[in-house]
Amino acid sequence: MTVPFLLFFICAFLAVLGAVLLIVAWEPIHSALALILVMMSLAVLYLLLGAEFIAAVQIIVYAGAIMVLFVFVIMLLNAGIEERTNWSQFAKVVGLPMGFFLLLATAHFLSRSAVGASIANGTGAVSNAGVSTRALSIALFRQYLFPFEATSILILIALLGALILARKDN
Amino acid sequence: MSVIPISYYLVLSAILFGLGAVAVVFKRNIITIFMAIELMLNAVNLAFVAFARAHGQLDGLVFVFFVIVVAAAEAAVGLAIVIMITHNRQSLNVERANLLKF
Repeated sequence: MTVPFLLFFICAFLAVLGAVLLIVAWEPIHSALALILVMMSLAVLYLLLGAEFIAAVQIIVYAGAIMVLFVFVIMLLNAGIEERTNWSQFAKVVGLPMGFFLLLATAHFLSRSAVGASIANGTGAVSNAGVSTRALSIALFRQYLFPFEATSILILIALLGALILARKDN
Repeated sequence: MSVIPISYYLVLSAILFGLGAVAVVFKRNIITIFMAIELMLNAVNLAFVAFARAHGQLDGLVFVFFVIVVAAAEAAVGLAIVIMITHNRQSLNVERANLLKF
């Protein structure tokens, strides 16, 4: 077993472990830490796929900024142990089969689609050349310039929306 | 360099998405449900990067970039809504936010 395979399986295991911990954790702060574990292992997987820039953004924006926001709100609202009600039991009984069904349906449609067929026929990793950050930034600022500028408007609107929503006196 | 078949990444992505969906149904805490949505977004991002790699195209990576930006905006607005609901209902339990329930 080669090093990339070993790294992949370790990170995949950690990601699935983090996702399971997110579900079984009782305290929201434990769920947040589990989610950070998932995001960190996904960043390593992005590095394995040759997407250095996305890996860096994943760590800085997702595991950094967004999760700090989550932890901040958890601390602000003093979120403790989750309440249990009768509906919790119902959700448990219905949720697990539903999630399993969703997984099976996803796998089924993926394997039946043209994409799945091309993957099954090919040897797997088609392209050998990793995508450079330089090429990515050129695409981002030429071909995708308008969507890129639109996201700045979106961030501005989100900022104003958050300000207005979280205002105390309304 | 990478010799790992692309299907491995897709399987991992599907498992993470399924676990995220299960968490959305399972959890009663509004913040945890929100985190489960972020988990599903991450799973989709992994599929995007894997496909971008498989086809040798840049577009998948640009999509991931935009997904991350939109997720940041969504987190800002969503957490503001969470704070509002918690102030109005005095609880983080989603079952307490039932004004629109029949």
